[in-house]
Amino acid sequence: MSEALLLTLPKLTSQRVRWSEILSDVLVRFFALIPLSALGFIMYMIIRKGAGTITWSFLSQMPLNGMTEGGIFPCIFGTLAITLLMILMALPLGVAAAIYLTEFAGRGFFFRVIRAAVNNLAGVPSIVFGLFGVGFFILFVGRSFDHVLKTGMLFGQPCMLWAAATLAVLVLPVIIVSTEEALNAVPQSQRSASLALGATKWQTIWHVVLPQARGGILTGAILSISRGAGETAPILFTGCAYFLPRLPVVHLFGVIPIVNPFDQFMELSYHIFIMATQSLDAVKTLPIQYGTTLVLISLTFFLNFTAIIFRIHFRKKMGMVSV
Amino acid sequence: MLIAEENQGIGEKTNMGTRTLAGGVLSDREDVTRNPIKIFTRELDMYYGAVRALQGITAEIKERAVTALIGPSGCGKSTFLRTLNRMNDTIPGARIEGTVMIDGVNIYGADVNVAALRRMVGMVFQKQNPFPKSIFDNVAYGPRLHGITDKAVLEHMVEESLKKSAIWDEVKDRLDTSAMQLSGGQQQRLCIARVLAVGPEIILMDEPASALDPLSTAKIEELIHQLRKNYTIVIVTHNMQQAARVSDFTAYFYMGSLVEFGETKTIFTNPTKKETEDYITGRFG
Ligand SMILES: Nc1ncnc2c1ncn2[C@@H]1O[C@H](COP(=O)(O)OP(=O)(O)O)[C@@H](O)[C@H]1O
Ligand SMILES: [Mg+2]
Repeated sequence: MSEALLLTLPKLTSQRVRWSEILSDVLVRFFALIPLSALGFIMYMIIRKGAGTITWSFLSQMPLNGMTEGGIFPCIFGTLAITLLMILMALPLGVAAAIYLTEFAGRGFFFRVIRAAVNNLAGVPSIVFGLFGVGFFILFVGRSFDHVLKTGMLFGQPCMLWAAATLAVLVLPVIIVSTEEALNAVPQSQRSASLALGATKWQTIWHVVLPQARGGILTGAILSISRGAGETAPILFTGCAYFLPRLPVVHLFGVIPIVNPFDQFMELSYHIFIMATQSLDAVKTLPIQYGTTLVLISLTFFLNFTAIIFRIHFRKKMGMVSV
Repeated sequence: MLIAEENQGIGEKTNMGTRTLAGGVLSDREDVTRNPIKIFTRELDMYYGAVRALQGITAEIKERAVTALIGPSGCGKSTFLRTLNRMNDTIPGARIEGTVMIDGVNIYGADVNVAALRRMVGMVFQKQNPFPKSIFDNVAYGPRLHGITDKAVLEHMVEESLKKSAIWDEVKDRLDTSAMQLSGGQQQRLCIARVLAVGPEIILMDEPASALDPLSTAKIEELIHQLRKNYTIVIVTHNMQQAARVSDFTAYFYMGSLVEFGETKTIFTNPTKKETEDYITGRFG
């Protein structure tokens, strides 16, 4: 840089700008460290206190002695079963809604109402979903089924089906929004190419749009699973059990074991909640609580991690540069 | 002055062909002026909402010939092209008045199957838009849609289409690789192969070479010359020399109206209208 140019730089102001820049830089870094250290601290505590508990028998056994000993197998089983059931209900519904919103709805009044509903649904506290589940699924839908089908009290009581349905409503906005994003990311020129070859709108959606949006949709689905898998409030009144001496399994034709959606179930986050608040001996069960928490967090991390891998994989496949 | 000079050149055939007002030369080609009419539009108006994009277009497009649409940006060339395969149907608020007849059938008639129409009237877009699938699956996309599942039949159709679009030799050893790995020019020829695979009679091309390098452009032009023997081609182009090189007929559009339409050699050497001449000599546009 030449002397002349250096002389023209206003020294005082440039100095002041630098100080404020350094200050804001430090502050921003500090604030960024807060969530990181919080996460680090939580993980450290849980791993330190929970890792010792994790043994094969802890993962594979039933709880024993009034749940003060033994394992948490039914909770793992219940969590997996209910999230599977949840995603089976939420994914088709959410994807269908997103397809409607992006490919069919105009940008008129109806579209805006649905959009607003989806956004608001995402902001509703999860306990409200729990109450909604009781009121709508169990008392209204379930009882009506029983009444019409003359099935006694089969549908009209808390069970895995309604708990999964309640969770499905909870994660619906996540799926709708991520699917919408994925569909909108498919270039219009791809749709035009297909339509111009004589494809119908549905053929175009099915053969061109959905395959290209698959990565985004799957990512959304996995994120919604990890969201739903950690929720306690929505299943609190709709189907999960304090303790169940058996797995919620029924034998089809007396031989093939399948998950029984009409049974109640145990679940990881609820198990932690009751162990901490209603256990016969809350201090004695602390290792179980930490172990259960570690299992739940590992499950959620694993799912989030899978979602990230999926996203990278599909972006690469679509030939996009940035990840 | 310029006109006078150029006019002296008219009809003075060199070995290369006839010189044009736009520079370059017209290639000598067989006479297609007596070919039957393939597409006929009458008093065609087209609106985007309240905006009229086309005004009273009446035109006859000949079979097995290349018709070029020229005119300044925004004059309605793409819009006109899209009325011929009803791609305008996919644009919200778009509607037409008047008639478009293909082989004597009003394609906006109530009983017309739009999917079948688009199979008969293929379209190649300005920006090459292959599917992110394999080369084979790109070409097989149309046939599969229309119910062909037999592997041998599909393979035959794919090979034929790729040969007709002059890209077979470049891709025959890697049909399973992604179409996205091809160069821009190859992708555009693949898109043409994809159109040919559904068995069209008419091919609409909207500035098919505008995003390509000169060499790829030359290949596309050569391909158009080949396809002209079996297909009716309507091509939009910004490039006057390209229009002169590839087309038998030229239509000059200006602000949604068809100003002049005739044989390319007439339009490019002795246009009737002053506006047309101004445009192709580059004095305007
Ligand atoms: N999808 C659309 N919606 C509204 N107006 C459009 C649309 N496409 C084109 N137009 C308008 O119609 C006119 C003709 O456009 P176009 O056919 O694309 O011109 P060209 O292809 O000759 O450049 C322009 O004024 C353009 O703004
Ligand atoms: Mg255009």
